[in-house]
Amino acid sequence: MQTRRDFLKSAGVLVVSFSATAMTPEWLSAQGPFATHPSHIDPNQLDNWLAVGADGSITANTGKCDFGQGMLTAQTQLVAEELCVPLSRVKLIQCDTDRTPDQGTTSGSQSTPTNFNDEGLALAAATAREALVAMAAVNLGEQAGQLTADDGVITGRSGRRVRYEELVSNGHFRIPLNPNAKRKAVSQWTVLGKPVPSLDRTALMTGRFEFVQSVRLPGMLHGRVVRPPGMGATLAGVDESSAGGIPGLVKVVVRRNFVGVVAETQQQAIAAARQLRVQWNPGPELPAQSSFFEYLQKQPSHDVLSVDSGDVEAKLGASKAVLRARYTYPYQMHGSVGASCAIADVKPDHATIWCSTQSVYPTRSVLSKILGLPLDNVRVTFVRGSGCYGLNGADAASFDAAVLSQQVGRPVRLQFSREDEMKWENLGAACVVEHTAALSLDGTIAAWRRENWMASLGNRPGYNRPGNIISGALLGYEAEPFNRQQASAPKGKLRNNSNAVPPYFAGCIDGKCQGEGTIRSERALTHTVPSPFFTGPLRSPSRIQNTFANECFMDELCAEARDDPLAFRLKHLQDARLIAVLKAAAQAANWPTRPLQRAPGARSGIATGAGIACVNYEGGNGYAALVAELSVDLATGVVRPTRFVVAVDCGPVSNPDGLRNQIEGGILQGTSRALLEEVTWDKTCITSVDWVSYKTFYLDYEMPSVETVIVNSQSGPALGAGELSITVTPAAIGNAIFDATAARLRAVPFTPERVMAALNPAQDSR
Amino acid sequence: MPSNFQLRVNGEEHTVTVDPETPLLFVLNDELGLCGPKFGCGMAQCGCCTVIMHGQVVRSCVMPVSAVGAREITTLEGIGTPEHPHPLQQAFIEEGAAQCGYCLSGVILTAKAVLDANPHASEQEMRDALGGVMCRCFTHLRMMRAIRKYAEEKKA
Repeated sequence: MQTRRDFLKSAGVLVVSFSATAMTPEWLSAQGPFATHPSHIDPNQLDNWLAVGADGSITANTGKCDFGQGMLTAQTQLVAEELCVPLSRVKLIQCDTDRTPDQGTTSGSQSTPTNFNDEGLALAAATAREALVAMAAVNLGEQAGQLTADDGVITGRSGRRVRYEELVSNGHFRIPLNPNAKRKAVSQWTVLGKPVPSLDRTALMTGRFEFVQSVRLPGMLHGRVVRPPGMGATLAGVDESSAGGIPGLVKVVVRRNFVGVVAETQQQAIAAARQLRVQWNPGPELPAQSSFFEYLQKQPSHDVLSVDSGDVEAKLGASKAVLRARYTYPYQMHGSVGASCAIADVKPDHATIWCSTQSVYPTRSVLSKILGLPLDNVRVTFVRGSGCYGLNGADAASFDAAVLSQQVGRPVRLQFSREDEMKWENLGAACVVEHTAALSLDGTIAAWRRENWMASLGNRPGYNRPGNIISGALLGYEAEPFNRQQASAPKGKLRNNSNAVPPYFAGCIDGKCQGEGTIRSERALTHTVPSPFFTGPLRSPSRIQNTFANECFMDELCAEARDDPLAFRLKHLQDARLIAVLKAAAQAANWPTRPLQRAPGARSGIATGAGIACVNYEGGNGYAALVAELSVDLATGVVRPTRFVVAVDCGPVSNPDGLRNQIEGGILQGTSRALLEEVTWDKTCITSVDWVSYKTFYLDYEMPSVETVIVNSQSGPALGAGELSITVTPAAIGNAIFDATAARLRAVPFTPERVMAALNPAQDSR
Repeated sequence: MPSNFQLRVNGEEHTVTVDPETPLLFVLNDELGLCGPKFGCGMAQCGCCTVIMHGQVVRSCVMPVSAVGAREITTLEGIGTPEHPHPLQQAFIEEGAAQCGYCLSGVILTAKAVLDANPHASEQEMRDALGGVMCRCFTHLRMMRAIRKYAEEKKA
């Protein structure tokens, strides 16, 4: 295959050679037989994670890949640190079903928790270091405890030295991961924890970095898809002769409701897709966007009760100070800047697919189903695409490329158009949240009930659900069926993965309080309801929707209590780490302590204000507090953030520069989502299909300043960070708008029209 | 019908045989094997495909190859190499001004063209020029810092 890319060269694998005479570490004999794993690459075997080359280089395999969040650099640092070698000697192989262990999907802020604590890549690296030291002890005839490893050399007390590659010549490690292998202490880190410049930056800045869009194979053809006019439409007929005059057209491919074209060049494929006459039976009419949230609340639902103290109704009924509010959050898009692309080479008995999926193993499994090939005969290799922020069109493109390649028997590069990408991606879910709460006479919250409706259809295909995304659905596969379910009483562990439970809840289940807060009269109910559009994880899925509603309603209660937003929050929290980030952000922002009031503000000019919001992401995967400062033009309703101060605690930090980059980007992406982004549709289909119809901001946006305070705990597990700051951004902005104007925005995005309507409620209702 | 076109790209002469309507982007990617300019939207809305044509930034996704003529084309890889990056690329490297990096042709080449034409371009003029360039990872702060750094160096 014609590629300039080292990591696509399967011939480039350097398998570890380990000395057969090396001693077997004593813990090995206690290990017993290894559990089998569905992947052919056993994750319990060290050789499947790490290799020492004849030149002393370390090749490491990881199932967590880099989409621009810095995982390439951080994982390279991790391996270099644990193996005591310079960064330059480590080569990281990312997500390839022929080479890397199955680590599921790179998503959900789980790469750091998974690979930087005591399992996965970290455990493999620690196992390797200990094994090398044990082998060196035998080689040098010294006690393992007296050896030091540095720069790929192990030195004994006597001064005798042995290099890693000398210890591992002629063989494999042939040892399992040691669950008791010890990571190096954070205090000893010299590579990890440092702001190492991202390893890909020079190639990126000079235009040499090869994205999946750049992959070219010999004999490769170009494909495009022809999508239906709208959701639920079915194929009535294809007039293949209509594209007959297109030079270079190789084939019109039809399979169930999937239609695509393959041609010699991109230009010809585009022309054929445009010219091809396809008849469709229309799908059902879509619910009206203007009343969509009411529609959602009437749908059958799958209910989960996260927490229920049982006394909320009584407390609310007895109170004179009851507050109610309803919040709405629209469908939003991943909107990757590069439309998705995949390259497939499907032969009669095996297939290779290069794509930017977050899930190489699940994608392999689904592709084996779609192609009718044995699992082991399908190889999926990750090649980075443009930033995805979740389930963008990457998986769909990989399915389409594979189907087209199988039909023409040649490699096919499938490139989505902008509309293919935006009209059919799995959207970030629309959501409604209703809150009811009562204040006590002392100004604290006596009881709080919250209920939300989250739209859902499809999601990640996983290992066996191709129909969860458009490409599988068009091939005739069903999406995950919707099951109605009544909520049962909460039991056992408090599950707050979606941040449906506000941090101020005590989170008591069976007498055991597991939340971050103090409110003991509490109830949180989630309704998952059918969505007319495919949905899927979009950076901070459900968490941003819930946190927006929870943190803004907390502000409403604060205003009712005429308290200061920071003080009011602290009054209702008992979690030390959440309290610490709140205080750190407030201090860095020089938070203006004052009672939040619902006094009518000025009517003209520019109003300024500050708002605060916090989250314990997923109830235990990182802490963030954000202060937003902004101005509102009272004549136009335009909101302009001027300053953000954020404090984060995500445990030991692998790369502070990478972390800051994620935190800054998260806040600005959150600002775009809070102020501008909203999917629109008509009776048949999504109408926000390009950068004119789907609003976001460009490089000319008047930038606020962003200050990041890293509350770096040296102990405890390393936590996720990529979704921390975005989660609190819409809430902090909404709260700052209230502070500036006394207008409460309860619907994202906070467009000028919505701000004007909130500023002039009477005018709005006339 | 495919025709022959003489193109001057990054200082080298190339002859390609393609349909005259073929967007310059596809010629750069598919015929010349360049990966600096990238397909983002195909509608000149995002900037990923930006190249410099005789000093002016153009969106190569909507520029037919037949419209290029004898004008010199410069892509992101044409202004510097990993060993010797252009000073503006160097400023981006120093500031770590990328996340996924897919958008960089638009950001770097647009800023370069503006500052080449007017080294004293104001902040507002710079922002106006970048009005059609997007970065969906929102690395805006670092990018603007890198551009300002380069602008200061250029003035000095």
